[in-house]
Amino acid sequence: MELNKLTAHELIGILNKGDILPIDICNTLIGAVRKKDQGINAVVHFDDKKPVERCKALGNDKSGALWGIPIFIKDNICVKDELTTCSSNILEGFRPPYNATVIDKLLCSGAVLMGKTNMDEFAFGSSTETSCYGATRNPWDPERIPGGSSGGSAACVAADEAIFALGSDTGGSIRQPASLCGVVGLKPTYGRVSRYGLIAFASSLDQIGPIAKDVEDAALLLKVIAGHDDMDSTSVDMPVPDYPALIKQDIKGLKIGVPKEYFIKGIDPEVKQAVRSAIDKIEKMGAVCEDMSLPHTEYAVAVYYLVATAEASSNLARFDGVQYGMRPGQVTSVIDMHKKTRQQGFGSEAKRRIILGTFALSSGYYDAYYSRALKVRTLIKRDFDEAFKKYDAILTPTSPTPAFKIGEKVEDPLTMYLSDIFTISANLAGIPCVSIPCGFTKAGLPVGLQILGKAFDEETVLKIAHHYEQATDWHKRRPLT
Amino acid sequence: MAYETVIGLEVHLQLKTKSKVFCGCSTAFGAPPNAQTCPVCLGFPGSLPVLNRQALMLAAKVAIALNCQIAKKIRFDRKNYFYPDLPKAFQISQFDQPLSQHGYLPVSIDGKEKRIKIRRVHLEEDTGKLFHQKDCSLIDFNRSGTPLLEIVSEPDINSPEDAYAYLTSIKSLLQYIDVSDCNMEEGSLRCDANISLRKPGAKELGVKAEIKNMNSFKAVKAALEYEQARQAGLLDSGKEIVQETRLYDAAKDVTESMRSKEEAHDYRYFPEPDLVPFDFEQALLKDIKSSIPELPGPRKKRFMADYHISDYDAAVMVGDKAMADYFEKCISIHKKPKEIANWLMGDVSAYMKEKNLTIDDLNLKWAHLTGMLKMIDDGIISGKIAKTLLIEMIQTGKAPAQLVKDKGLEQISDAGTIEKAVAEAIAENPGIVSDFKGGKQNAIMALMGKVMAKTKGKANPKKVNEALMKRLKGAV
Repeated sequence: MELNKLTAHELIGILNKGDILPIDICNTLIGAVRKKDQGINAVVHFDDKKPVERCKALGNDKSGALWGIPIFIKDNICVKDELTTCSSNILEGFRPPYNATVIDKLLCSGAVLMGKTNMDEFAFGSSTETSCYGATRNPWDPERIPGGSSGGSAACVAADEAIFALGSDTGGSIRQPASLCGVVGLKPTYGRVSRYGLIAFASSLDQIGPIAKDVEDAALLLKVIAGHDDMDSTSVDMPVPDYPALIKQDIKGLKIGVPKEYFIKGIDPEVKQAVRSAIDKIEKMGAVCEDMSLPHTEYAVAVYYLVATAEASSNLARFDGVQYGMRPGQVTSVIDMHKKTRQQGFGSEAKRRIILGTFALSSGYYDAYYSRALKVRTLIKRDFDEAFKKYDAILTPTSPTPAFKIGEKVEDPLTMYLSDIFTISANLAGIPCVSIPCGFTKAGLPVGLQILGKAFDEETVLKIAHHYEQATDWHKRRPLT
Repeated sequence: MAYETVIGLEVHLQLKTKSKVFCGCSTAFGAPPNAQTCPVCLGFPGSLPVLNRQALMLAAKVAIALNCQIAKKIRFDRKNYFYPDLPKAFQISQFDQPLSQHGYLPVSIDGKEKRIKIRRVHLEEDTGKLFHQKDCSLIDFNRSGTPLLEIVSEPDINSPEDAYAYLTSIKSLLQYIDVSDCNMEEGSLRCDANISLRKPGAKELGVKAEIKNMNSFKAVKAALEYEQARQAGLLDSGKEIVQETRLYDAAKDVTESMRSKEEAHDYRYFPEPDLVPFDFEQALLKDIKSSIPELPGPRKKRFMADYHISDYDAAVMVGDKAMADYFEKCISIHKKPKEIANWLMGDVSAYMKEKNLTIDDLNLKWAHLTGMLKMIDDGIISGKIAKTLLIEMIQTGKAPAQLVKDKGLEQISDAGTIEKAVAEAIAENPGIVSDFKGGKQNAIMALMGKVMAKTKGKANPKKVNEALMKRLKGAV
């Protein structure tokens, strides 16, 4: 039995029987990372002594929901005393003195932290090519990108180096790499999961979520990390449903919308075909699917790149060389230190976004850009509010294309930004959204189906995803690595 | 040429909360550097602010006491700029929707009440503090995240003296509602000033300078006086005023240019996404209103009406809440307000000033002070002896009757003793006696002094005067 190829819920069953110990799973994963990751570059901070020690210290109290289950963490989530660098030179050597709330919750549930995964620098990207540690490769085709920014998390799950992982999603950074790597990725409702300890990209859009091999694992992990946190005033005080149980309820009679704006020109025909087939399948399973419209969709990318970069320019201003991270050796003054730290510490995409956001907030431009963007954001949110009066969920492709080649778009930011065209709206509206495998191209690249739901109604999107998954075997296919 | 001076003041006030405004760290003054810090107030990546309810309550209390309208929705903004004492490189503040606006503060100027309008009162966080060494700079983040209230006046103030009166009034008000230590030396109260000049009657405001770095109310007044003269000089010689920020140098008593308008920051304010806007609960507003005591303005009016003391006396009495409370306690058993006010403003205040003490620090029970005043009224001690007795009371904490008995300070009213001393004084000072007889009425005071010297100041002055007059007139 290859333990690394199993899901968390399968491993929990075996652990409960007592046939294996947490250290057995841990050692299998350490072996898998050693064997495979040189070719994939999904894992950036990995000290195998730490998870081994954790397994030994776990004891026999199996009451935690994730007792003995290993997990990888995206490099922008703070783990106490462990390297947390956002794959950026500017955070070289940074070890936070505290845990993110999701990390505390994972530890309380008995999970074993394995290491940190690669990402686009500060989550700025859709391909995991802007990392200071080099690009992550797609396990289905090493010439191609795994998507981004949580490309490391998606790739290590797809390559069976991991059981599951945490990612973060600001404009599609969980769902798009999940889609391109053929795994499940869930962006919860804004406010469902505490952001405390997630190094902010865009505070009003960021959300932590699971990347897993199947929907049940995503549900299991969401249940552990969700809930109100006194340390995050944007987290919402609502009870956390029992997702793993709820996803098994029937989907017959659910009303589902299919927005015409998501099947536009420029979408890859094979992607379109796979997603259409998936929609037919879901209809045959008893849901009622209907074409509909989300009229402000076309403005989402423009709005996003103003709101997200404006917030990012402010969030990233603290990396000034004063307290932590990189500081250049020779400086002549405080201003010189700020300048050299940021010149040398940030990569070019980070600089591009900081400059863009700074401009959008500047006096004289604020009204025309940032303020206008907020107004259009409200219109986009209103589209969804209207739609969800009628529909229980919305189905779309996750990404307009399958995984593209490494280097193909990195010099062309505008084309790169369009990779997020189908995922951005959910962040602007704050709604939950899952991507699940729904087919493959002739070249053998995975295609993802995106399911969007009402705010705080993760159970419905997961339920639809789970039933579709039960009726198909796309999620069981694995790349040859 | 005479110009009209236009001044607006920005007061920054540290609120007296137990913990910081967006985290749980203590705000106590004087801890070792960086002992009171956490990931939030150090601005560590991933940390998030959570609003301290107590800070909001105190802020609203100030706003209500300043007659401001409280915003229905509470919202925060980010003010972005780089400086090593600002760990997130932005300050959480309030920009276009402050906590409250459109208030006023009644200020007594030349015995008349003037309402200085308050433009806005908003809540924000304080920065850390830099310490520059020879070859490096150190940062103490203990102050970072301390709740800070910014109180901005309209340009309603017309002289440095009035600015001083405004600051005194605002400090008094803040002490009344017990929201801050108001200690300029410890930095819990700071003030920046905007000043411009214009021709009398002109409607447009002149070009202003913003003055910073004043660490006392007197320094504010001095800096404004300097700046008023500097600007008048420039205008007189036909030169233009440059809009700029200037620093006051107390040692040289001058203001010096710090940065011009062109060099001013673009703070790129935008709504703070980490703090969700929320409605200010109306029930809370009621609670805050009911927690506000009688404020100095109304109290002064009541003192004048009920105790028949002058505008000046009433202003001095209410200026310090502790003093006003003390004053009223004294009146409750000794119904002579003017007499009590005179002693408090005179000898008691002089002693406080000399020793740098407040009325509460002073070891003077109000029952002792009133007991002493009653002994004067009853003729047991003289007013002159009372001055000595007051100091004894403060220094020993003993009751006046006890001290008078122990030290034999009782007034001599015995006719025989007084007659004897008067007779001796007249006999020993024939020169003064002849002056008096020659028409110099004041000479009697000199004789009075001689009698007092003989009785060690204890003779009843009224009786001495009567005895002297009787003898001298009788001898004419």
